[in-house]
Amino acid sequence: MFRASGLRPLALDAGALCGGLAVLAALCLLSLAVGSRPLALAEAWEGVRAHDDSIASLIVWRLRLPRTLLAVVTGAALAVAGVVMQALTRNPLAEPGILGVNAGASLAVVLSVWLGGITTVSGYLWFAFAGAALAAALVQLMARRSREAGPTRLVLAGIALGASLNAITGTITLYDTSAFDSYRFWVVGALEGRDATLLAWVTPFLAAGLALALASGHTLNIMALGEEQAAALGARLGRARALALAAITLLCGAATAAVGPISFVGLVVPHVLRLVMGADQRRLLAASLVAGPILLLAADILGRVLIRPDELEAGVVTAFLGGPVLLAMVLRRGEATR
Amino acid sequence: MLLHPGRGRSLLLRRRALTVTTALLAVAIGAGAYTLLTGAYELPASDALRVLVGGGSDLDRFIVLGQRLPRLVSAALIGAMLALSGALFQSLSRNPLGSPDIVGFTTGATTGGLLVILVSAASSTATIALGTTIGGFATAAVVVLAARRRGGVGENLVLAGVALSQTLSALNDYLLSRATIQQAEVARAWQYGSLNAITWAQVRPLAAAAVVLLPLAAWFGRPAAALELGDDAATSLGLGVGRVRAAMVGYGVVLAAVCVSVAGPIGFLALAAPQLAQRLARTAGLTLSVSAAMGTALLVVADLAAQRLLAPFQIPVGLLAAACGGVYLMWLLGLRAPAAPGRP
Repeated sequence: MFRASGLRPLALDAGALCGGLAVLAALCLLSLAVGSRPLALAEAWEGVRAHDDSIASLIVWRLRLPRTLLAVVTGAALAVAGVVMQALTRNPLAEPGILGVNAGASLAVVLSVWLGGITTVSGYLWFAFAGAALAAALVQLMARRSREAGPTRLVLAGIALGASLNAITGTITLYDTSAFDSYRFWVVGALEGRDATLLAWVTPFLAAGLALALASGHTLNIMALGEEQAAALGARLGRARALALAAITLLCGAATAAVGPISFVGLVVPHVLRLVMGADQRRLLAASLVAGPILLLAADILGRVLIRPDELEAGVVTAFLGGPVLLAMVLRRGEATR
Repeated sequence: MLLHPGRGRSLLLRRRALTVTTALLAVAIGAGAYTLLTGAYELPASDALRVLVGGGSDLDRFIVLGQRLPRLVSAALIGAMLALSGALFQSLSRNPLGSPDIVGFTTGATTGGLLVILVSAASSTATIALGTTIGGFATAAVVVLAARRRGGVGENLVLAGVALSQTLSALNDYLLSRATIQQAEVARAWQYGSLNAITWAQVRPLAAAAVVLLPLAAWFGRPAAALELGDDAATSLGLGVGRVRAAMVGYGVVLAAVCVSVAGPIGFLALAAPQLAQRLARTAGLTLSVSAAMGTALLVVADLAAQRLLAPFQIPVGLLAAACGGVYLMWLLGLRAPAAPGRP
């Protein structure tokens, strides 16, 4: 697994990275232009540059720039969390959305709204972290029990965890009807209508999570070999696991607090990247930093275009894209084991 | 597994199954009586009892016969039907996890029902039932075809269903977010699976369906047991494997869809009831009567708890079932972990 990273020419990586960044930049520009009031690309760019009171400038700076940046940071966070989780559980189907980590963060947020009357991001962010941390730790426990039994068991345990948590969330939102109306928009994972202060609040946490994740790439590589071998190679497994869990918690908690639970970015991105570039976790982590934002931004733009003049939430689009990918993975696996 | 047990052993097992069934029905009747005789409306149990034997005032009669009884009857019937549906799917997929909700059929049925509620101007129980049946069948067809194309039953079926149901539940969330707030209130009360507002108007078609569908289950016992031995063995026993399997899928989907159309999706009951029934009856194969009794007992008790736990607020029984069922499934997965091979 790490043999590949040593032998592959770095130039190839650099080329792919530049290509990815170019695509991302193009999508960002497109994201500024597309919307209920479409702007020409040049007009959008002029709006960014001028930063004055013109309509184009107001639309871009007030609405679309925060939204675009939010998509970029949360896309990166979810994809990186997916890579870490798949490495940690040694399960290709692991993903914070499917395994209930996002559901844990959601429940904690709804609890904080219900019991604490907390409605600001700065307030419920901490609850989102706590919920994500508890769920991630549970997933890790379940994964350790299920490792010999194949990927299905963990996915089902995750589904079960998510179902229980979501049921409690559902009961609370029914019990306290006033919370429900905003919740039903938040829960589909929308990037629309989130303001810039939100971005300012969650970005430091996301950055810390990304840094933690990127720093643990080497240990994740070793852990992928299996626990006995990793221990034999001198890896400090307990510490490595704790760091990986901390990264997942920061990334999923902050991303979920910001945009609601979004599934499948963490599943699709690492899976596609692994097909293209092999299983070196460090390269996967770096590449998903670019690929995650591309997927989420593309989903968000697609959602704005598909059912004009209405909008489809980004989380709905990623689920529509992700379900079939999961299905394809399952079927490929079936073929491989035959 | 128990194809040729000794005659005495088989008799013993059958007696045990009978005992368990009777005990479960006794639990259901006890909880049912409690549901009928007590409640939020202040009505002495003796008065409620008088209603049951034909007397009582008009108001008392309305409370007991018009409100508490239909809810109890629907809980009993839906519990039995969902459990049967689960038992069939688990037998079919040769996987204890192959219940209609895990493999996505319930989510598909929900999508169909939501579409009817949200898109059509006037939705009745009948049109919702049509929507859930079509939704359930369409999802079943996609999942079974996708899994079968690779020759996969069991695990593949489960994973393919999980994949599809994730997408469909995103669609459900989306449909809900697109609705007006009034529509959304109706739809979400239904989407969570609830018996709160059930009336005789909904129980009558349900009871009619149950009268037709439940006895049919007896017909599946033998062929399903043969199928569990594997396709080759079943064929050599003279079974039309493809035909039987298609009939079981169709029957299981209709059972689940009827339940979803009346009460909304009630999660995990179809998964848990047959499993618990097998554990109690200590049989390995299909245990249709025990499963049905277990489903009835579970849902009657669960609905009683859903009514009373946070009273006067009524928890949708589907949410209660999902919360408990999720924990149960995690326990099931943990408990059934095989001994790790090759560990020092």
